Parts: sequence; structure tokens; C-alpha cells
Amino acid sequence: MFILKLLTRNAFRHKLRALLTITGIAIAILSFGLLRTVVSAWYAGAHASSGNRLISRNAISLVFSLPVSYKDRIRQVEGVKNVSYANWFGGVYITEKNFFPSFAIEPATYLGMYPEFILSDSQTSDFIRDRKGCVAGRKLAERHGWKVGDSVTLKGTIFPGSWEFNLRGIYQGKKQTTDEGQFFFHWNYLNETLRKNTPRRADQTGIFLIEVKHANLSSQVAQAIDGLFKNSLAETLTETEKAFQLTFISMTEAIVVAIRIVSYVVIVIIMAVAANTMAMTARERFGEYAILKSMGFGWFHIAGMIFGESVLLALLGCALGIGLTFPVAAAFAAQLDQFFPVFLIERSTLWLDLFLSLLVGLVAGLFPAWRAVRIRIADGLRRIG
Amino acid sequence: MSNPLVSIRHLVKSYRRGNQSVPVLEDISLDIAEGEFLVLMGPSGSGKSTLLNLIAGIDTADSGSITIHDVDLSLLSDSALAAWRASHIGFVFQFYNLIPVLTAFENVELPLLLTSMSRHQRREHVETALAVVGLTDRMEHRPSELSGGQQQRVAIARAIVSDPSILVADEPTGDLDRVSAEEILNLLEQLNREFGKTIIMVTHDPRAAKRARRLLHLEKGVLVL
Repeated sequence: MFILKLLTRNAFRHKLRALLTITGIAIAILSFGLLRTVVSAWYAGAHASSGNRLISRNAISLVFSLPVSYKDRIRQVEGVKNVSYANWFGGVYITEKNFFPSFAIEPATYLGMYPEFILSDSQTSDFIRDRKGCVAGRKLAERHGWKVGDSVTLKGTIFPGSWEFNLRGIYQGKKQTTDEGQFFFHWNYLNETLRKNTPRRADQTGIFLIEVKHANLSSQVAQAIDGLFKNSLAETLTETEKAFQLTFISMTEAIVVAIRIVSYVVIVIIMAVAANTMAMTARERFGEYAILKSMGFGWFHIAGMIFGESVLLALLGCALGIGLTFPVAAAFAAQLDQFFPVFLIERSTLWLDLFLSLLVGLVAGLFPAWRAVRIRIADGLRRIG
Repeated sequence: MSNPLVSIRHLVKSYRRGNQSVPVLEDISLDIAEGEFLVLMGPSGSGKSTLLNLIAGIDTADSGSITIHDVDLSLLSDSALAAWRASHIGFVFQFYNLIPVLTAFENVELPLLLTSMSRHQRREHVETALAVVGLTDRMEHRPSELSGGQQQRVAIARAIVSDPSILVADEPTGDLDRVSAEEILNLLEQLNREFGKTIIMVTHDPRAAKRARRLLHLEKGVLVL
């Protein structure tokens, strides 16, 4: 208790210096937390993917499609529970600024495979019944002020023209990590239009989604599907949903790596600042450490006081930084939800904040503690007066 | 002197300045009896503070021996020496050297944190020590709220709180006005006379030296009788 009292009073002996150090650490922790959350948001799609779902695409490239007729053959592969298909639509709402992920899907099978999208039974059946029907995620609907029953027109970028839809449902995410920024409509609606306008693009799909009976069968089923279409005009490449998502992330990996590096550079900088503060503090108190040593206090008492003070300042900065991270991240998420539909501070980020703060405290105290422990009492006493 | 408390034999100490060795104490031999009030005087650089530091176990000699309570200090490890200091030596410095963020009570309590005393026992000891120096009413004050003389009295209370047998005082009146200096010297005399503390004091002050039962002069690292 006495030691804690001494640590606290020592830490705030120079109030301005202590407050500036705490503020510096808090800003570093806030920056680190936000940058880590940006990286997490980047991986949100991969993290939200299910181990039971596979994705089959054209082996040459995702740009090329697959015949929708593959569905029945895939369905017969041992271990397959369900098959659905989807096309990336790439539409924009009113202007190009309002871009969001939009997919033409086969509604009944697709929604069955994504239990994380919660849609009421009535809205599901309304959507399935209406061939021009669509569903949107809660955040997307809120962003554009859509209500169920509204008419929504998208401008196609891959499939040119104006596409009119009737909003039949708004889904909610089962978890906080579920993307509520997507837009789905009937693949048949897209296909019928293509049959009329560009028949050579009809009866094709971008991907097949395959639900396997058990996650353990994923590799075996993927091999079986790819074997089925080997040497055909459109060979398939089947992989887990997670691997599929990570393919997209790998395209921007350099950015993710840069963000990660910057987040740790921030910590290294604050480590140097905190170490400087502690070095100044300890240098001013060498005389006091000599007095304590003369009374019989050992090296571990002196080192403990310096490390304790350093860790205390770092933890106070950490607490303030974590406290600030939540409102700042919320504001960040509100501004950028178009790009980061899932922007959540992960628990692991908070643990890492705490660990790094402890590390900052310990490293900052290392050199001053080493010097204070080594100083001879007689030399320390000469510094007084 | 039969069975002295402090026995110093052929003590040599020098400091290194660059590549040079500067001798500070040369072949000092000295006995100090229990209950003595010994004053060391001498010009600056004569080695009196160095001798005091060696007796107090906060510095080590190049050669020779210091035996206190039949313990040869040169044979003790750093940690054993620290423990020995905690129980046998009380320090009084020129600039009081109190911890500024602690109250008078807490400053006096500091040495007792190294003992196995309960909080209640510590409180009793601290209150007794502060009563001896006449500062019972200022125990919750921080050093900055006390005069120089009061701060030195707190330092003396801190030095005696663990009931050491020897008090070493390095210019204890050097930073005080005349009245405060007299009070401090009276207090040290009282501790020597009434409580039987052995006091070894370094001073430049001739008035302080008058309080001594024995006065020794050091010049250029040699005792001048």
C-alpha cells in the first residue's frame, strides 16, 4: 500500500510531464487500436466465412463464368449437401459514389446456406415470389433510407442498363461481424434480361456455392468437383470460402502490411518518448535513490520503484487510449461503413493494447533502472545540494 | 580503549580521476567507543566525509579493515551490507534528503518498511521518534511545508526510528541558521547522552565541534592528533 502510494505520488510529481506522457501513450494506443481494427475490417469477410462452404469458380479467372448447368452435376458429388450460385452484379445506386456489393443469386438455396443473414419468413417468401424482388442489409438500407416496399433502381456497370427492383426484405446480421451492407436479387431476373439482350452471356454464373455435409469433407469434395470438370471448356477451381475471400485480400496485401508496420512504428516511437521521460525522472532522483540505498533498500526496491512508476504511467495511458478507441472507432465506422461494413474492435486488439503498454512501461524503465541500481551511494549523495 | 564499538585498522582509500589515482585516506587507524560523540574536522578534501561513508558502510576501502560490533564490513556482500546498515546505522545529511512527496510521518516510516513490523507497530515507533525530535504536531506535513530546522529534525527522527546504535551526521548544521543549528546540536547531544547513541559527526562548524566528547582532525587523508 505504502509502495503504491509512493509510486502514484512519484508519477505525478511533475504533473505536466506525467500528463503529457500519459496523453502520448493514449494517442499511440488509440492509433494502434484503430489501425489494427482497419486490418481486422479488411479480413472481416474471411473471418465471417464458414468452414462448411466451398466456392467454385472458373479455373482461368473469376472474370470468366461457368455454365449454370454445372449445378446438377455438382449436387451429385459425394459429401455435397446443397448447391447455390451467384453473379457479381457491380451495380451503383444513382451515382458511382453509392457503390456497394450487389449479387444476383438463386434465392431459396442461397439464403438457406447463409443462416447468418436473418430475414423474417414473410420477407423471405415475398422475396422468393417476386422475380424483381431484392433484399438489402440493414446498414445499406439505413444508409440510403430504404424501406420494405420501396422501388430501388441500380445502374449496371458489368451488365449495362437500369435495373429496377422491389425491396422485399431487409436482413440483419446474426453476429456483429456479419456484413449488413450487401444487396441481393434474383439471378433469374438477370438471366432473363441477358437472354433478351445478350444471349451469349445467358445461362452463366460467376460462382457456385457448395455446402458440404461436414467441414472435414471440404478438401475431398473440392477435389471431386474440380475432377468432374477437368478437360472441359470451363474447368473449375474449388476452394473454401475463406480461401476465396483471402484471394481478394492478397491483392491488397501490401497495404495491409504497411498499415501493420505503421501501427507498430507508433508503439516504438512512444516507447522512446516514455523512455526519455523515465530517464529524466530517474536522473533527477539519483540522490533519493542513494538515500534509500543508504537506509538499506536493495536494488530490487529501487528498480521496482522505477519500473512501477513507468508501468503505472503506461497503464494509465493505455486505459485512456482504450477508452478513446471505442468512440473514435464508432465515428470512423459511421464515416466509412461503405468501405468497411464490419468495423469492430476485436478483443485481441484490446489485449494487445494492454500487452504493448506493459512492454512500453518495462522498456522505458529499463535503462533508468539499470543506471539507478548501479549508482554508488557516495556518488548519488554527491549529486544532492 | 577496551573492546571498542568501531575498530579501524590501516584504512586506505583513493579515487580514480581519469588515469590517475588520487589518495584520500592514508593508513587510518582509529577506535571509537560505544556511546561516544566523535567529531571529525578538517579542510575540504581532507577525507572526513569519505571516512564517515566508510564507517557507515556506504563506500568500500582499498585496503585495511573496519570492524563494527565484531563484524568486518569488508567481508559483507552488498545485500548483507545493506541489511547491516538498515539495523545499525542512522544517517543525518546536510541537506536533510527527505522524500518530497511523502509527509514527515511517511519519511520517518521509510526505514521500518524493511522490517517485519506490523503497521500498528510502525505507527508507534514513528510517533515516538517524532516525539523525541518534538515534531508530533507536524507529522502530516510535507517537507516543503517545514522549515530547514524542522526538516533536519524529521531527518533525525528517520535516522533513529529503527533504533540504530550509531548515528553518522555529515555537516548536519551546514544548511541551517544559527538558532536551528543550536536546536539540532542540542538534539544530537540529547540522543547521545540520554539514549546512548554513538554519534560520529563531520563538521566545519567550531560551535558544533564544541559539543563533541572527542575531536579529531583530518588533513590530507591523515589523522592529526
